[in-house]
Amino acid sequence: MDFAMIFFILVGALSVATAVGVVTSRVAVHSALFLLVHFATLAILYVTLNAQFLAAAQIIVYAGGIVILILFVIMLIGSAPLETRAGYRSWVPYAGLALGLLMLAGMAMTMLQMPLTPTDPNANQGGAPILLGVQIYSQNILLVELAAVLLLVALLGALLLARQPKTEETTIS
Amino acid sequence: MVPTSYYLILSAIIFIIGAVGVLSRRNALIIIMCVEMMLNSVNLTLIAFARQWDNLNGQVFVFMVMAVAAAEVAVGLAILIAHFNLSKTTNIDDVNVMKW
Amino acid sequence: MLESVWLLFALPALGALIILFAGRWMSQKVVGWVASAAVLGAFLVALGLWFSLAGLPAEARSVTVTWWEWMTIGAFHVPAAVLIDPLSVVMALVVTGVGLLIHVYSIGYMEHEPRYQRFFFYMNFFILAMLTLVMSNNFLGMFVGWEGVGLASFLLIGFWFDKRDDMYGWYADAGKKAFIVNRIGDFGMILAMIMVWSTVGTLIFTELGAAVHNLAPTTATIICLLLLLGATGKSAQLPLYIWLPDAMAGPTPVSALIHAATMVTAGVYMIIRTNALWHLSLDAGLTTAWIGMLTALLAASIALVQTDLKKILAYSTISQLGFMIAAAGLGAYGAALFHLVTHAFFKALLFLSAGSVMHATGGILDINRLGGLRHKMPTTYRTFLIGAAALAGIPLFSGFFSKDAILVVELQRNVALYLMGAVAALLTAIYSFRAVFVTFHGQPRDQHIYNHAHESPSVMTIPLWILAVLSVVAGVINLPFVLTLDHWLEPVIGEHEQIPLVLELLGITISIVIAVFGVLIARARYLTHEPWVARLEQPFAFLKPTLEHKWYVDDLYTFFIVSPLKGISGWFARVFDPKVIDGAVNGVGGVINEAGEVVRKVHNGAIPTYALSIFLGVVAVLFYFLFVG
Repeated sequence: MDFAMIFFILVGALSVATAVGVVTSRVAVHSALFLLVHFATLAILYVTLNAQFLAAAQIIVYAGGIVILILFVIMLIGSAPLETRAGYRSWVPYAGLALGLLMLAGMAMTMLQMPLTPTDPNANQGGAPILLGVQIYSQNILLVELAAVLLLVALLGALLLARQPKTEETTIS
Repeated sequence: MVPTSYYLILSAIIFIIGAVGVLSRRNALIIIMCVEMMLNSVNLTLIAFARQWDNLNGQVFVFMVMAVAAAEVAVGLAILIAHFNLSKTTNIDDVNVMKW
Repeated sequence: MLESVWLLFALPALGALIILFAGRWMSQKVVGWVASAAVLGAFLVALGLWFSLAGLPAEARSVTVTWWEWMTIGAFHVPAAVLIDPLSVVMALVVTGVGLLIHVYSIGYMEHEPRYQRFFFYMNFFILAMLTLVMSNNFLGMFVGWEGVGLASFLLIGFWFDKRDDMYGWYADAGKKAFIVNRIGDFGMILAMIMVWSTVGTLIFTELGAAVHNLAPTTATIICLLLLLGATGKSAQLPLYIWLPDAMAGPTPVSALIHAATMVTAGVYMIIRTNALWHLSLDAGLTTAWIGMLTALLAASIALVQTDLKKILAYSTISQLGFMIAAAGLGAYGAALFHLVTHAFFKALLFLSAGSVMHATGGILDINRLGGLRHKMPTTYRTFLIGAAALAGIPLFSGFFSKDAILVVELQRNVALYLMGAVAALLTAIYSFRAVFVTFHGQPRDQHIYNHAHESPSVMTIPLWILAVLSVVAGVINLPFVLTLDHWLEPVIGEHEQIPLVLELLGITISIVIAVFGVLIARARYLTHEPWVARLEQPFAFLKPTLEHKWYVDDLYTFFIVSPLKGISGWFARVFDPKVIDGAVNGVGGVINEAGEVVRKVHNGAIPTYALSIFLGVVAVLFYFLFVG
């Protein structure tokens, strides 16, 4: 039980705890803050996996972008208590939980039989920004272009979708 | 070093928590947050395997997943806002227009 | 010359096509003459073929001209080929010759017909199909012609398909009856062909002779009986003769060409052509002879009481065909063909004369309304008299020689058949002269018709005279002891046995007596109304209602076959089709509808349930890959 393992268990437990917090909070803002911490713990885990650039990207994009976005939307929409409850609410979550546990059992059974460890601890040094950058822009350049197009489309789409419906004053004629 | 399978189990646990969250919450915003959590768990799996096989493709893929997730959240929240403007509620139990 | 046999088919086909496509721009006369010219061309080609064949030595008189390989499926091989031998040439001459005369006659007869273009197209098509039947060198080609003439017959019988009267019902129904009854015969033909191919291995006539040696007698009998079924259909014998009297609904030239001279002789031709098979089965031959003679007797008795002139001639045709079929069954192929040829001449003559009478009386052929017409229509009277004399077997006319040839063979083989034949010949003489005396002699029974009667134009009377001359002189084709036709046919039918002189003379004498006696009875009964005839008739008077109802054959068929079939098909149409078949089809749709009603409830519109199903799918695929794949 060395330091790496203890560290992993602590951070993992925090990750799981915040995840549960996201799911079970009654207040939407609390869920968003739990999510923020969850993302942070994941970033720490990425660092332990030699993915330094991605850890930074995780903080910037997810924690610093997406969660902020969600908080803005909560601000716009508000989180009034919800009234209607549909009939399937009584069994759908439990069915989901059962399925999830089944999945976990299956995966655990297969994976814990063969604990995998990388053979050469010093070989995986590719997570540094420069190395990842070289990889992306030389061998996987197509992905970069496609991601750019995707982001452009998403930008336009979000813009269109969230516009105010046309009223008399806003039409240009 | 921590064995890769531990990371995979952690990822599975986070995935399941996210899935149950999607199924049990009524507020559409919470559901979007849970979907993000599921995406992140998959990212963790990919990076774990990238370290395992010493192949940088895993990390490249995570890079793309992050881009897609960002775009998806943007568009999803835009849809949510549009729907809210229309019906003044974020309860997805009320979104049943496709009912038979 | 023999290589140009394709012209024999090309000319009628060309005529038919010209009339079909260009007929609307041609005047009636032109259409008729084009059709006749096509048949004239075919006749000249047939004549050329005959001369070429006569120029060859007797052993070489069997020429096959192959045009293309029609079907080759494994071992099954059928060429599209023509067999030019004595038999087919004789038949081709009869078909095209008599056909030519009837085409010319039709130009005048069908003068007032608005659908003349269609008529001449059908007539040329018929000539083409009949030539295919008689010239083809294999069963299948012959069957194509067989079906073709059946089709032409159907089309022409029901030519006035919109007409309806008390005697025939809907004229279209008469055509249907002919086709359906023929179909039963065709069923026998097809089965016979299948059996021939599967047992002998070839469908080509010239190869039959060599190939049938190892055929078991039982198999040969079955094949021959199936062929007989086909012949009874096409040649109107028991039990399938019922279509021929109804076929008189067609125009008279059609009756003359198809139902007297050519199509109905196809059965006789077919038996002669397949004689290699018939030689192996004497039982089938004897059955054929009995059926032929029974039909002859039956039809002659019915003809005695018919009042419509064409129907008398129709039953007469059935009767004479019975003679031919009987001769073919007994193996006297030469005699059968001889009677076929002479019958073609005098029966066509009789029908065309009857048509001339119809032309004069405006369509009335009920002999109880005619009478004394010989003063108004002398040419028609004379030609009809010559035809009737030939039919009755008056000595030195062609019919005398040909019928006598058949009777003598029967006398030699089977006395019972001979007696039936003799009685049938007597009845033939009586009814044929009954027709003559009642129609043309005596006092007119309907003054109105008598006043309007007039002689026919020469385009109709010249063919009548030509046929009359042929009816008189055609006897020389096969005089007793000279037997020109029998010798000519030897390459096809083999040697024929000589008939003892005594029997020949006996037969001739009895035939003469029968013919003369018959004419005298007819004269006494229908012309001079002498009392001794009534005493002669007394014992048979009880038969009169049966004869007038045509021995109830049609009624029996209606009762046992037609009505049950109609009932069954009615049940199928009213009950089975709407309830079972439509029910099944609609039921399938209904079941799917019901299932859809149930399954659509899955879409409750709730997103979490959709998400659950996606998650379920993910877990399932994961488990598949973990534990199975």
